Amino acid sequence: MTLQQALFLLFGLIALGAAVGVVVARRVFHAALWLLLAFFGVAGLYVLLEAPFFAAAQLFVYMGAIGILIIFAIMLTRGMMRQQMPRVNDQWWLAGLLALILLGVLAWLVWQQPPVVASRLVPEDSLNWLGLALIDPEGFALPFEVASVLLVMALIGAIAIVRER
Amino acid sequence: MDFLSNLIVNIGAWLRSLLIGAGMDEMGAALVVKAIGAVVVASFPLVVVIFLIWAYRKIAARMQGRLGPNSSGTWAGPYGVLQTFADAIKMLTKEDVRPEGVDPVPYNLAPILVVFASVVVWAVIPFGPGRELIGADLSIGIFYILAFSSAALVVFLMAGWSSNNKYATVGAFRAVAQLIGYEIPQLLAILAVVMVAGSLSMQDIVGAQDVVFLVAMPVTALIFLLASFAEVNARPFELLEAESELVCGYFIEYSGMKFGMFYLAEFMNAVAVAAIFSTLFLGGWRGPWVDQAPILGTIWSLVKMGVMIFLWMLVQITLPRLRIDQMLAFNWKFLVPLALVNLCVVGVVNRGITEWFPAGASAWTRAGILLVANLVVALATWGVLAAGERRQERRRVAWEAAQVEELEVGA
Amino acid sequence: MIPVQWYFVLSAALFCVGLYGVLSRRNAIAILMGIELMLNAVNINLLAFWRYGNPNNPAAQAFAAFVYAVAAAEVAVGLALIVSIYRNRETVDVDEINLLKW
Repeated sequence: MTLQQALFLLFGLIALGAAVGVVVARRVFHAALWLLLAFFGVAGLYVLLEAPFFAAAQLFVYMGAIGILIIFAIMLTRGMMRQQMPRVNDQWWLAGLLALILLGVLAWLVWQQPPVVASRLVPEDSLNWLGLALIDPEGFALPFEVASVLLVMALIGAIAIVRER
Repeated sequence: MDFLSNLIVNIGAWLRSLLIGAGMDEMGAALVVKAIGAVVVASFPLVVVIFLIWAYRKIAARMQGRLGPNSSGTWAGPYGVLQTFADAIKMLTKEDVRPEGVDPVPYNLAPILVVFASVVVWAVIPFGPGRELIGADLSIGIFYILAFSSAALVVFLMAGWSSNNKYATVGAFRAVAQLIGYEIPQLLAILAVVMVAGSLSMQDIVGAQDVVFLVAMPVTALIFLLASFAEVNARPFELLEAESELVCGYFIEYSGMKFGMFYLAEFMNAVAVAAIFSTLFLGGWRGPWVDQAPILGTIWSLVKMGVMIFLWMLVQITLPRLRIDQMLAFNWKFLVPLALVNLCVVGVVNRGITEWFPAGASAWTRAGILLVANLVVALATWGVLAAGERRQERRRVAWEAAQVEELEVGA
Repeated sequence: MIPVQWYFVLSAALFCVGLYGVLSRRNAIAILMGIELMLNAVNINLLAFWRYGNPNNPAAQAFAAFVYAVAAAEVAVGLALIVSIYRNRETVDVDEINLLKW
């Protein structure tokens, strides 16, 4: 086993174990902390995929923004943490079965193929290429603008929804 | 002399040859030297902070007409320089109180993570030219710092929420509201720098500063400085702690060395911000004679950091505290719009320079044009603020006149 | 070297764990967390395709960036809705939020 494979297993286990923690944790606050750990593990995988920008963006967007928003929401709705209620609904076994079947099918499909290893080197300036593609009218300029509009709409919408009248 | 002029790199090379001489292979020796380098980089802020706390207390005391730490009672070294060690020993030997009802894992993890987050920043701070005097010259350099400082905010929520104390929770809420808010102007200021430098890598940003960015973009530097002071909790924005209002903020329930770690992280963040400012705006390791003796680069960067740390202390010691609503209003109503306008102006002007000078502008022309643009932004801001002030003044005068009239009618 | 299959299996597993969370939890915020896990799994897949396919073509990276934007928007609006519902109904249990059921 090479160093890279060991690191993959480490980060993969962190991500997957933390993800399991998210869905089984008894308290929602703990689930949120597990979620942050899962994000961190995924960031490590991005480093292994030689996409450092996405690893940093993962920390920045998911841990710094989304994680904090989720914890804020948990604190704002904490009245329900005191009352006792089952944390899963009646069809949890069905959900688990469905997830297991989906995993089995996907894993089976993937293992049918011969193993593929990366054949090309990542260009030194891959980040520049991404940036240029995002503002290139032939590339992703329109989706990029739509994404910005989406973010503005989400900002306005979120404020409009929670504003106290 | 030759050895001294490139001291750190030569020590590394010497260590490597020593290890290879002792029977290690090339790869292992390089790995060991790298590991030693990582330990040195990581312990640098920790060691600096020990003396910084002493210097801070001494300077604060002198400014307030006190003596500060000294050896008059028990011996604490000349000028009380060992005071911090004594404090650390005291904190380590204190009983570790764990209040009832805390959430043990997040509660104990928070102080570790807060120090971790302030140490990792140092991996990308350059201390000299080339690839040897920087932990890792990442292509995403400054974004790496932003990512970790943003992810570290979660730690405050962890500490505040798991302490099972309402002051701690309110303190954590406030801390995150403040830090997230001030992250935005900080990010926008850094974005302006990145646009002009044309790279996210710290070494490239230093390399782009033939004229330091403080001269070329003073408004950007000021925005960054104000936002960073808020980020590291310096006094005008020191609402995370606010002893008189919040008792101690999110780490009220921590005692002993766990409290010490929060305290340590605060100072380490201040040093890190000084390092980032000196890299982004003061040219980092650049200075006279660095070409001949790379060790001078390390000295220059340390001197620049020292100046910034002293500025931080000055602000911290002399200014009173703002109220939380004033502080958030200052951020959202003044700093963020200014940073946005500044970003647009710098972006357009920077692009314009490339268009106007197809052959490439000299560093001084570029800096001059950017400086003029920045000054225009500053003047416009001043104009808008003054107009607002005048309008408020007119309204106040009119209101007073109406009051007087009412009184006269009543009489 | 790491075969690309490892990434695919891992991302499939992450997706399925997220799916289980979405389908089985009662707390609306926990459901949102499950969705975040699924989006992360998708992003791992996209970046694995970019790395093992053609790293010179940034299309997959661009898609991953859009996933970030969409995830941020989704969380902001979703949590706003949850907080708003909590204010009106004092609960975030999706089984009890049944005003529109009949």
